[in-house]
Amino acid sequence: MLSSVNLPGGELRRRSEEDERLMRDYLAEGDLISAEVQQVFSDGSLSLHTRSLKYGKLSQGTLIQVSPSLVKRRKTHFHNLPCGASIILGNNGYIWISPTVNEDTDNTGGFVQNLEPVASSDRDIIARLRNCVLALAEHKMLLFDTSVLYTYEASSAYPVKDLLKPEVMADIVNLTEMRLEAEG
Amino acid sequence: MVNIRADGRSCEDYRHMELETDVVSNTSGSARIRLANTDILVGVKAELAIPASDRPDEGRIEFFVDCSANATPKFEGRGGEEFATEISNILSRAYDNQGSLNLKDLCVIPKQQCWVLYVDVMVLECGGNVFDVVSFAVKAALHNTRIPNITVHADDNGRTELELSDDPYDCKRVDVHKTPSIVTVSKIGHFHVVDASMEEEACCLARLMLGITEQSTVTAIKKEGSGSLDPESIYDMMETGKRVGQAVNATLYQKLQEEEKLGPNKRKAGFLG
Repeated sequence: MLSSVNLPGGELRRRSEEDERLMRDYLAEGDLISAEVQQVFSDGSLSLHTRSLKYGKLSQGTLIQVSPSLVKRRKTHFHNLPCGASIILGNNGYIWISPTVNEDTDNTGGFVQNLEPVASSDRDIIARLRNCVLALAEHKMLLFDTSVLYTYEASSAYPVKDLLKPEVMADIVNLTEMRLEAEG
Repeated sequence: MVNIRADGRSCEDYRHMELETDVVSNTSGSARIRLANTDILVGVKAELAIPASDRPDEGRIEFFVDCSANATPKFEGRGGEEFATEISNILSRAYDNQGSLNLKDLCVIPKQQCWVLYVDVMVLECGGNVFDVVSFAVKAALHNTRIPNITVHADDNGRTELELSDDPYDCKRVDVHKTPSIVTVSKIGHFHVVDASMEEEACCLARLMLGITEQSTVTAIKKEGSGSLDPESIYDMMETGKRVGQAVNATLYQKLQEEEKLGPNKRKAGFLG
């Protein structure tokens, strides 16, 4: 059931029969999308809505799955981290890390995927963030933009692949915990 | 194109592994390895048997693999049997050559009695890259194996009698210097990746499993997957496999020596602990 459509190019209009039939050209089963849950029905089905152009199909990035209870409930789920990547912290425990989304230029309505190769500097940052998030999840720390950022900063002493070692994970999570506690 | 994977590793890096030997007390040798979500337990039992008629002066090694139903949902019921057969087949092939193990050393009385090493592998948890981890655990367990020394003498009635030494320290070891390890090289796009994670395994169309010794000898090759491989890719993957295999065998052997030096007072994590 389709209620209204954000078309590529940005126009918004009410649904028509033709729009419903053509939706599969834009979004097919198996695509990864970001959306908000508008309503949960009594039979367990959901209605999802993409309130603005920043929602939609996700293209280049890394998906991590953690326990939903580790994600802090916040008003915004999209964060542009100063280290050079964007992160989406879903309340369902799905975390998406991608190269920085440029708000003005890159919002084409969420149906078009940008599949250009990602620069190696960006990939390095994304890999490091991924390992930091997994370290926090391993130590059952709450995930929110500040905790992830502090862990990223604490990890700069180590090469990215060393962050997979348990002792290194424990070290950076410890530093993050101390820093968060000091701030109150 | 750059040599960075999703978790920051390069194409030839293994993930963090934890190894412990001598974890099961009623075996001749045992080892347990954990790599990411893959957990393997190997026990080796040495028993006397009649040698094969075409190899009267050699012992034998036999592999049995059991995939625990708890390892992964697809092993429910009898789902793990096919996978278990695959693992034991490739282990048998990798070890089936003159160089890997000194089988003549396992002979007690030619044509009459020899030692058979029964290697039991248990896949406790399956988190990808099972073949490599199984081969490392087998190598570690064989290194840990102690075979009691036997004296052969004739008893009063003229029959040959075998006397096993009671002394737990009077035993012989298995030399694992030339035993192979299995290195799985997966082809993802144009890259050849070692130790694929679960996501990487899902993207990979073709894999090559190589049995490599520390001396860079290839003892077995198996190609898996629905995709096809160019002969040039196969050559490149073999070279990668040899390089990685030689390094990982050397490191594994070094760690086994280090663990042994810790002596009987080392801190044990154990199997049920």
